[in-house]
Amino acid sequence: MTALLEIRGLTKAYPGVVANDDVSFSIAPGEVHALLGENGAGKSTLVKMIYGLVRPDSGSMTLGGSAYTPAEPRAARASGVAMVFQHFSLFEALSVAENIALGMEDPPRPRDLARRIQDVSRAYGLPLDPARMVGDLSAGERQRVEIIRCLLQDPKLLIMDEPTSVLTPQEVEILFHTLRKLSSEGTAILYISHKLEEIRTLCDAATILRLGKVVGSCTPREVSAADMAEMMVGKSLATPARDASEPGEVLLHVAGLSLEPATPFGTPLRHIGMEVRAGEVLGIGGVAGNGQDELLAALSGERPVAPGMIELKGTPIGATGPEARRRAGLLCAPEERLGHAAAPDMSLIENAVLTGRVRRGLDRSGFVGWGRARAFAEEIIERFDVRTPGPAVAARALSGGNLQKYVIGREILQAPDVLVVNQPTWGVDASAAASIRQALLDLAQNGAAVVVISQDLDELLEISDRFCALNEGRLSASRPARGLTMEEIGLMLGGAHDMHDIAPEPEAAQ
Amino acid sequence: MIDPVTLIVALIIVSTPVLLAAIGELVVEKTGVLNLGVEGMMIIGAVTGFITAVETGSVTLAFLAGMAGGMILSAVFGVLTQLLLSNQVATGLALTLFGIGLAALLGVGYPGSSLPPVPDLFPASMQAIPVAGPILFSHPLIIYLAVLLVVAVWFLLQHTRTGLVIRAVGESHDAAHALGYKVIRIRFLAILFGGACAGLGGAFLSVARVQNWIEGMTAGAGWIALALVVFASWKPWRVLLGAWLFGGISALQLRLQAAEVNVPVALLDSSPYLVTIIVLVLISSDRARAALNAPAALGKVFHASG
Repeated sequence: MTALLEIRGLTKAYPGVVANDDVSFSIAPGEVHALLGENGAGKSTLVKMIYGLVRPDSGSMTLGGSAYTPAEPRAARASGVAMVFQHFSLFEALSVAENIALGMEDPPRPRDLARRIQDVSRAYGLPLDPARMVGDLSAGERQRVEIIRCLLQDPKLLIMDEPTSVLTPQEVEILFHTLRKLSSEGTAILYISHKLEEIRTLCDAATILRLGKVVGSCTPREVSAADMAEMMVGKSLATPARDASEPGEVLLHVAGLSLEPATPFGTPLRHIGMEVRAGEVLGIGGVAGNGQDELLAALSGERPVAPGMIELKGTPIGATGPEARRRAGLLCAPEERLGHAAAPDMSLIENAVLTGRVRRGLDRSGFVGWGRARAFAEEIIERFDVRTPGPAVAARALSGGNLQKYVIGREILQAPDVLVVNQPTWGVDASAAASIRQALLDLAQNGAAVVVISQDLDELLEISDRFCALNEGRLSASRPARGLTMEEIGLMLGGAHDMHDIAPEPEAAQ
Repeated sequence: MIDPVTLIVALIIVSTPVLLAAIGELVVEKTGVLNLGVEGMMIIGAVTGFITAVETGSVTLAFLAGMAGGMILSAVFGVLTQLLLSNQVATGLALTLFGIGLAALLGVGYPGSSLPPVPDLFPASMQAIPVAGPILFSHPLIIYLAVLLVVAVWFLLQHTRTGLVIRAVGESHDAAHALGYKVIRIRFLAILFGGACAGLGGAFLSVARVQNWIEGMTAGAGWIALALVVFASWKPWRVLLGAWLFGGISALQLRLQAAEVNVPVALLDSSPYLVTIIVLVLISSDRARAALNAPAALGKVFHASG
């Protein structure tokens, strides 16, 4: 079969880094082709070149036999290349139909468009109401908007960038069902992910990138996930582990926690209750936008609640602010690294002072002890293997994984009694993720209570003692993490949203 | 005694400069740009319009010159904020200060110059109709254009693809860029449109309403236009309502002052500003819905990456 898209020697350099170095591969019509690699391997730059957002320095592409040099996304779409973005491409305050119209070259009249949206959504099992506001949709539904936007243009090649990172297991099933149907109709799919098991179930071929270069290709069904991981990272990874221990006394007790959202598209928290004991890791799973940020804000003290809703070692602390909670031993690391966990333009030393001031005694009667602060920052860098030229560089200059190691390390080294982390390994490469998980396990081993909020269910099953699901601002009762299957977790997460044809109506999480 | 017919006529005339500036700023803000230089662009429009009217004797040329003056000043803002990525709030404030100073310089020697009359649109026979005549038919063309502009902007934003793109750019410039829309070009054009509207409003003030050039004559009308846009929740119809309210109270308080009502003059002077803002705050007090209509990317600097 002749290739639909053939890429030869694509190279793109940015100041200081070669994002893609002589990349070549080809995709046949109807093929599902995986593009594998860690963060920073150059996957995003590569697909941006195919979609016309970035122009290559050298190299060539052919699409359907003729030369293909898209100058802008419009040209790529006109040639039959469509892309579903990981994020940043929907408008929350506009309706589904308006969002779709914006991604089309020549949209039909609003009424015709609404009808076509409904036709396509029915044909591919992706129910969607064209009149709804995108800000009110769940992550899975938002992705459907993007997919339908692409499908309405009859693409020959569909690019999907990390499509499953925000979906429940059932929604992933539905997505794969749609993608297989598309592929059987002759649409080629370029599938970017670092979830190896998914690639093994879905993809026909895989190209593996490391540091901008193609380091291998394989047929995913024929090799093991561990083999692919090794090609991706370049070394084998140790699984985080710890000795079994009996949980101690209850350190954090939350009861009847309810909170209205601070933003129009936020999620209200409803009667959340949980208990975490010393030496225990509680995993809270759920698709983003189900109240994770609000829960973290309530636990960290950014949003005060009634005093009795949150108790630390028996003391009600619900009404106190973050500083008082740090003093009492409750530390938090929010999801957003730049701008929430760390001030982007301040140095690592200054960022160390921002949360470590009280517990590490970095100031005295209003004066910052810069010597002590620098020592603390250097200790974090040393202990957590943060790759940085030194503690005086701005937080913004660190890569996502390194900054994440730094902000998690900063909290861990303050010896918290309770640590709450939100998405500790989001967007972090595999080896850094493994070391962060190990650090969290070590902290629990030493007698702290750890709460991990994450969308990555594999991660939660790996490190949690108990698991509960956060769905639309409600927290399920916890269950022992050991022995839970993805199926059971999917049901706890509320299953797929209005997916009656494939998944059964989920039972309310217990 | 206050005559309601002349009051309404005055209301329409007083509100027009504010209305023009506000509807222009609304489009600018819908693309996600906050231009605080409205006052500066208005007064530049007022002075260039007035000078052109005195020198050429043509009212039409005067209005066009006012628009051009506002546009040139807004282009400065556009280059600074869109191409050189400067801070929009600081640049807008500087634009106002610059505009007021430059207008005072340009206008030296012009106060008291005699002007050509602004022609009425409808014949005298129609203006003679009782009540309806003065209210509906006694104005120059610009007043009707201003109201038509509100309708046009509403239709554009709500029912056309251009309007959808404008709203999309103001909602999320990153998403719009990812879809291939030219964020900076769209914003620049909107800024120029806003400048032309503000300049026309200023020219109307000096050439048609006051028919004189006085230093600082916009007297905060540009700031009221900015406030109108926000409190009108970025809705064209509410901008029209707010402008009329402002014009109505302004016209009324002048008549109350003339009638020597027993209220401090300072309070009467400030009443249009107070009442307009209080009423619009009450209208937009439903925060959740107002926030939904606010452009989410308002005032944020866009820098295309990757």
